[in-house]
Amino acid sequence: MIRCRDLTSGYRGRAVLDGLSLDVAAGEMVGILGPNGAGKTTLLMALSGVLSPGAGTVALAGRDLAELSDRQRARLVAAVPPRGENAGELAVRSVVLMGRYPYLGFLGGYGPQDHRAAEAAMEAVGLGYLADRRLHELSGGEFQRVLAARALAQESGILLLDEASASLDIARKMELYRLLAARNAAGVTILAALHDINLAALFCRRLVFLVNGRIEADGPTAEVFTQQTLSRIYETDIIVIAHPQTGAPQALAAGGSLPAGRPAGGRTGP
Amino acid sequence: MPPHAFPRGGFLKRTLPLVLAGLAAVSAACLAGAYPAAPGDVLAVLARAAGLAVPAPADPALPTVVMELRLTRALLAYGVGAALAVAGAAFQGVLRNPLADPFTLGVSGGAAFGAALSLTLGLGAALGTSLATPACALLGGGATLAAVLALSRLAGGLRRETVVLSGIVAATFLSALLSLVKALNEESVAGIVFWIMGGFQGKGRAELALFLPCLLLGLAGVGLFVRELDILLLGERQARQLGVAAGRSRLALLGAASLLTAGAVAVSGVIGFVGLIAPHACRRLYGGEHGALLPQAALAGGALLCAADVLARVILPGGAELPVGVVTALLGGPFFCFLLLTGRGGRA
Repeated sequence: MIRCRDLTSGYRGRAVLDGLSLDVAAGEMVGILGPNGAGKTTLLMALSGVLSPGAGTVALAGRDLAELSDRQRARLVAAVPPRGENAGELAVRSVVLMGRYPYLGFLGGYGPQDHRAAEAAMEAVGLGYLADRRLHELSGGEFQRVLAARALAQESGILLLDEASASLDIARKMELYRLLAARNAAGVTILAALHDINLAALFCRRLVFLVNGRIEADGPTAEVFTQQTLSRIYETDIIVIAHPQTGAPQALAAGGSLPAGRPAGGRTGP
Repeated sequence: MPPHAFPRGGFLKRTLPLVLAGLAAVSAACLAGAYPAAPGDVLAVLARAAGLAVPAPADPALPTVVMELRLTRALLAYGVGAALAVAGAAFQGVLRNPLADPFTLGVSGGAAFGAALSLTLGLGAALGTSLATPACALLGGGATLAAVLALSRLAGGLRRETVVLSGIVAATFLSALLSLVKALNEESVAGIVFWIMGGFQGKGRAELALFLPCLLLGLAGVGLFVRELDILLLGERQARQLGVAAGRSRLALLGAASLLTAGAVAVSGVIGFVGLIAPHACRRLYGGEHGALLPQAALAGGALLCAADVLARVILPGGAELPVGVVTALLGGPFFCFLLLTGRGGRA
């Protein structure tokens, strides 16, 4: 579904991705992990056509990205950006409707089918009650869900998420990822770049670790989410334990400034 | 509410007052003036022009005064106001800068320089047409736009920072050139200053004929990209991920908005505030979706400038006129303050 070969890409002469090759099969849900500045965002920008490759190729669904028109590309791949620009005076509904732009003709407006898709997407992320609010009235988490709803309304076979859950509370995070897992089960290929490695380990069957624009580790979560690999990639001591409920690997940073056994200062009960 | 209804409901209900305000302003323009005319007679002239069988007024000169002078001038002012408001809304959207206005890209500076050259060289008299100066202004504005876009492309693509900076560079350079023209030819200074200050005194059919194609083409150009304009508000990255050809859309929008601006400046000089205030007021009152915002801004800008022109004509006793830009600033400033302070739709 996604095929990068020797991809080099970056900004104004500064290459961030350095000869990266990656294959993602249809229906996979892959977590893209790695330290700050590793190239996670750049990879997603290259895959969504925002950055053109300096060298190498990107193909989506068997078609070279360079040969696709902007709208054709947007019908294949949707992206949820990190919080980013908030155009305050627009209504939530209008922004979600933008997900239908790749399906418009040159002069056409948004039709009933587009409005239905937008309604369904807003309901799916629990935004229905906010549909007529202006963006500047929303919290950061609500705005992020607007962007997620817009990507859902785009109804593309590939979904790219760039820190799409960073400003969500833990309940909303789980809600969004359960929704993504359901979409994935329905056949949508998902690539999610995130810093929350435990969230990735709970939902992604495959993890790709980037460091300095190269793939450092790539494999099934159980095989690459290990103390050794994580400690090497993040250059800090990390302990991996099994999730008591599901057995999924979860990471804890070693250390901290509080000595063990010291009583807590706050009250824990009434 | 059905899912396909307009988000905030009642587009017509919100727009009707703007239409009525425009009609009121045009009517006032037909009624007011130094030439003595009873309101009933003016209405009779208008009714006859509309094809109604009404007895003609006694004064044989009245139809010319009302139709050729007052109505034509009112329509020109209305059209210029609409053009400036739509251009302002488009510039604010494309550049994602609330302080942008139709003159941000230096188009007005280029138009003013073109006009100053024409006035200094006496092209109007040489070519025997009063349209020589507006035509030079139009060319100057167009050339400036081309230069600004070329400069910002060379400086790193049509990003908003480079576009705004290129516009500032062009405006500064052109204002220096304009000072140079004035310094070299002191006889034409008064004419140049008067032209740039702007207004609709003595403007009529010829100006309307020059302006209308700019208005229609510019409105069509902005209108074709109205959905892209909404999406561009979210930035280049998101626009491209939604399938918008961001560079091409921005170029088309900047070009169309500049055509509106250059056309307006060519026939009426540099009239400030309308292009800043009308879109802002509409955005705060009705929301930021350009599909609704652009028509509302056009109607508001038209009504505002037409009303301001009426005031400019009648406010001084004895037939002297105020520059209309003074009136728009005096009307628009306090109104904008009111909007800011009442904070309707404002940011928290």
